[in-house]
Amino acid sequence: MSDTKSRILYCRCAFAQVVPKSTKDEVLDRLCESGQSFDTVSDLCEMAARKDPRLHDLLEGEEPVQIVACYHRAVKWLFHNTGADFPEDKVEVLNMREESADEICEKILK
Amino acid sequence: MKNDVYPYQIVLFEGNGAADLASDRRRQVTRSLLDKGYSVTRVAEDGVRGVSRPSEKIPMLVLGDFEGKAPEVTSTETHIDIQTEDITGLSVETILELVEKKRESEGQVLNSPGQQGAWKPWFPVIDYDRCTNCMQCLSFCLFDVYGVDDEKQIQVQNNDNCKTNCPACSRVCPEVAIMFPKYSSGPINGAEVADSDVAREKMKVDITSLLGGDIYASLRTRSEKAKSRFSKERSPDKALNERKRCLTKLQQSGIIPAEVLAELDLESLPSPDEIQRKAAEFAKMQEEMENS
Ligand code: SF4
Ligand code: SF4
Repeated sequence: MSDTKSRILYCRCAFAQVVPKSTKDEVLDRLCESGQSFDTVSDLCEMAARKDPRLHDLLEGEEPVQIVACYHRAVKWLFHNTGADFPEDKVEVLNMREESADEICEKILK
Repeated sequence: MKNDVYPYQIVLFEGNGAADLASDRRRQVTRSLLDKGYSVTRVAEDGVRGVSRPSEKIPMLVLGDFEGKAPEVTSTETHIDIQTEDITGLSVETILELVEKKRESEGQVLNSPGQQGAWKPWFPVIDYDRCTNCMQCLSFCLFDVYGVDDEKQIQVQNNDNCKTNCPACSRVCPEVAIMFPKYSSGPINGAEVADSDVAREKMKVDITSLLGGDIYASLRTRSEKAKSRFSKERSPDKALNERKRCLTKLQQSGIIPAEVLAELDLESLPSPDEIQRKAAEFAKMQEEMENS
């Protein structure tokens, strides 16, 4: 990833209890405490199912994107579902099902 | 239609012209709105990086501590609705009420987690790096979730037909290419696929033998060989019994979780005519693919 500030997208996975609550709460809290701009969505699956144009927009810009959600493979093909290209060199997926809040925040809070 | 519902876009604006929100207030508003199903963007001093463009379908509500002077925002693109509201001094509860009122006045429907009638986004996601277009999933799913595109490539077409918490088709895919991101364990939830997963999938597949001559296989044969005899032979009772037998087999196989099967109302299954139509379409498509 380059040093350019990334756009950040955080997914709350609000329709399921598969992401540890403590991780998703802590990451969101620390994002809110930071001075950074960010996007949050209630449920990425829901938006992908509806081919929400905002997901397209997110990946369209020049800047790198960090997506805080779940498994890389799931996120990649959810975006594909919306018809969006998923440029691997520009997008970093951080997995709240596997990584700790500390590990994730170290990568997104600059 | 579930697929026309887009989460309402809220922006917490803390850039030029607005004061910063106290971090606890920002946190509580963001968390509460997300848990209700909204999308929330925070715009901080560092600029508008991060703001999605509003669109005709998705109006945007900008909230900020504007100290009594909520600015007017006009979009350079026509027909796009951007509203602003001053939230100076408002409690978190009052802000949530304000957002709900605005959303309702905009006629925006919200799919709200935990609310009765809300749709849990549960549907198959295909990993095309693995998929070989074998069509097992299309042939297996009784609910028309799968279809093919113009190039005859498999795709998920009717995701809201999928039965919540049913991961059945991921278990019949020989390539472990079908994910349900909200499933509890890997590789169905999207975790990397290990060689042992593939070996396991390869061993168990052939759904036809699993179902002891499944509905589709038998219907395909019938529709090819004796289209006209089919409807005479098939009484509604017989069709229902056939489905019951099929569901019992599925239950024994453990492929569909018991709680999902328990919720499956036999009457909600496609009618014999629909199954026959789909089986005929599928047989035709396979023939075309073999000949191409
Ligand atoms: S069963 Fe699996 S490999 Fe076959 S078409 Fe469906 S997703 Fe692709
Ligand atoms: S999970 Fe069940 S209902 Fe959903 S697509 Fe697969 S077989 Fe069809």
